[in-house]
Amino acid sequence: MRLHEYQAKSIFSNHGIRVPRGKLAKNLEEVRKIVEELGEEVVLKAQVLTGGRGKAGGIKKAKSAEEAIEHSKNMFGKNIKGLTINKIYIEELIEVERELYLGFTYDGLNKSIVMLISTFGGMDIEDIAAQHPEKIIRKTIDPLIGFWDFLIREALYELEIPKKFFKPIASIAKKLYRVFIDYEAELCEINPLAITKDGDICALDARLNIDDDALYRNPDFIKLKDYSQMEPLERTAEEKGLKYVKLSGDIGLIAAGAGMGMATADYIHNFGGNPANFFDIGGATPEIVKKSFELLLQDSRLKVIFVNVLGGLTRCDWIAKGLIEAFNDLKVRLPVVIRLSGTNEYEGREILIRHIQENDLKGVFIVESMEEGAKKAVEISKGG
Amino acid sequence: MAIIVDDNSRVIVQGITGREGSFHTKKMIEYGTNIVGGVTPGKGGSEIYGVPVFNTVADAVKETKADTTITFVPPSVGADAVLEAINAGVEKIVCITDGIPLHDGLKICRASVYNNTILIGPNTPGIISPSKAVVGLMPTHIFLEGNVGILSRSGSLIYQMSYDLTKKGIGQSTVIGIGGDRVTGLSIIEVLQRFEADKQTDVIVLIGEIGGREEETAARFIKENITKPVVGYIVGLTAPPGKRMGHAGAIIEGVGGSAESKIKSLNEAGVKVGKTMAEVAEIVAKLLKR
Repeated sequence: MRLHEYQAKSIFSNHGIRVPRGKLAKNLEEVRKIVEELGEEVVLKAQVLTGGRGKAGGIKKAKSAEEAIEHSKNMFGKNIKGLTINKIYIEELIEVERELYLGFTYDGLNKSIVMLISTFGGMDIEDIAAQHPEKIIRKTIDPLIGFWDFLIREALYELEIPKKFFKPIASIAKKLYRVFIDYEAELCEINPLAITKDGDICALDARLNIDDDALYRNPDFIKLKDYSQMEPLERTAEEKGLKYVKLSGDIGLIAAGAGMGMATADYIHNFGGNPANFFDIGGATPEIVKKSFELLLQDSRLKVIFVNVLGGLTRCDWIAKGLIEAFNDLKVRLPVVIRLSGTNEYEGREILIRHIQENDLKGVFIVESMEEGAKKAVEISKGG
Repeated sequence: MAIIVDDNSRVIVQGITGREGSFHTKKMIEYGTNIVGGVTPGKGGSEIYGVPVFNTVADAVKETKADTTITFVPPSVGADAVLEAINAGVEKIVCITDGIPLHDGLKICRASVYNNTILIGPNTPGIISPSKAVVGLMPTHIFLEGNVGILSRSGSLIYQMSYDLTKKGIGQSTVIGIGGDRVTGLSIIEVLQRFEADKQTDVIVLIGEIGGREEETAARFIKENITKPVVGYIVGLTAPPGKRMGHAGAIIEGVGGSAESKIKSLNEAGVKVGKTMAEVAEIVAKLLKR
């Protein structure tokens, strides 16, 4: 779960990291009030949960309330990468001497936490890594031993940062590490971390991604979730507890297992079709199968649905029962291609085939393999 | 031979009296796995499917001399169960639990390294050495004993790959799921080393997926250290960046971790990568004929 900049900044600030003075505006009236309150040059920052806001016109400077309102008019309701701007965070403008990057994340390969620090602040960390790999210092932190001063000291010597900044930067690094641990973050980043003209250190931007699997231990964050920043079908899926990701095509997919979900979309692609979604219903009950159909039927782009099950934990007889319920209770007008094998496949196929024959369902096709199913679905999607 | 588990394994089940734990215990016993006991706090002294239940892993190890455990517990106590097993000196741990918090995962995977424990998972379907033992939740009827070693992060792909091979009459030495989480215990490289050393294994199938950079690292390792033929399949070609595709670890972040990058690394290491799993099975069949 990714937090908005203003939410992350409030947390950083509560942990003693200096951030610019700022407030959140939801309409033009609030923009005027906040700019007058801050009483100097300000920065307006669109609160959308994606990177690259600056280039997309989501960050603007203003010298007066009027100018701020003009910019805000161009921001509110506009989209950045498909996400609507409905909040603008307004901050005092900070005079910057130098920009750094500082972040903590995990390193799966080394089973550890990693601190990243660079003198190329303000750029995307991936771009720094690509263009100036020697300017990023990575320090591996053992999760069982924790973060110690020597790590940051080594990094600052390697980056040739003036000695007078060692103490304040080390202090911020330790505070940020505390946030990373206390909030069970996947990523926690200050970019840029500014050395200001008056010699202070200040977090100009803030990013905090919290581990979804740990939200049960940090329940206060659940209510911070901004559903307006989610794709509507993905939002519905999440509310129903379904593992669904929207893709750009016209072939609806339902598969059992995460790997199979991805493979099914890849097969469709390899056979010349376009998958409309990823969908993992591993271990599904008949009720979940029906719910999955309810969700896909809301997607007007679809020309066909392909159900691909090789059940381990997933029982084919349950999938069949769910499919029959969906055919009976929902208006399934789309062709449906079904591959059903694995645990209890004979029972599952038998009840499904009987239902298809008894009800003379012409648009339902049972196939023998994943390849056959993918090819059939692609053929139907192309009008075949 | 085979790797990690076989008919000599002495296996206990943590969470043996729970719904999932008891269901799969029965299946594992039916397949012939030597299940010697189980653990459920508060149920010590009872019995299930003819095996004794203990209150703690330490008790179970003391009484049964178990060397392997499989954990069927909810995510909130997933790390606790693994640490209990490490602390009790169990050599091999299969952690089925899906949804263990990242920071817990980091700690248990590190702890397994320091204690020389083989930790499979978290979020693994388990491991099967066909005709010898299954420590996991695989549908056993699709496997066949043979000489192909398979490793994957995903359960469902293990099933599809084994199914495609078995259909061609090609059997498997050991099939292992290393887990779909962002941080897992046993790495791809450690599994490759074991397959390389295993006399029963002649060909290795590596099924990778988007996210992280383990496949890329493994590709370099294969080039330098593996003499047996390796065939690859990478899933997630159509996954958009920044989206979690079912597995916690299956997410493309930044420039690394895409399917293309992994396929490229494997090709550069001389690994043939199939476009579908049926194609992988074809390649394996050709290799075995030589």
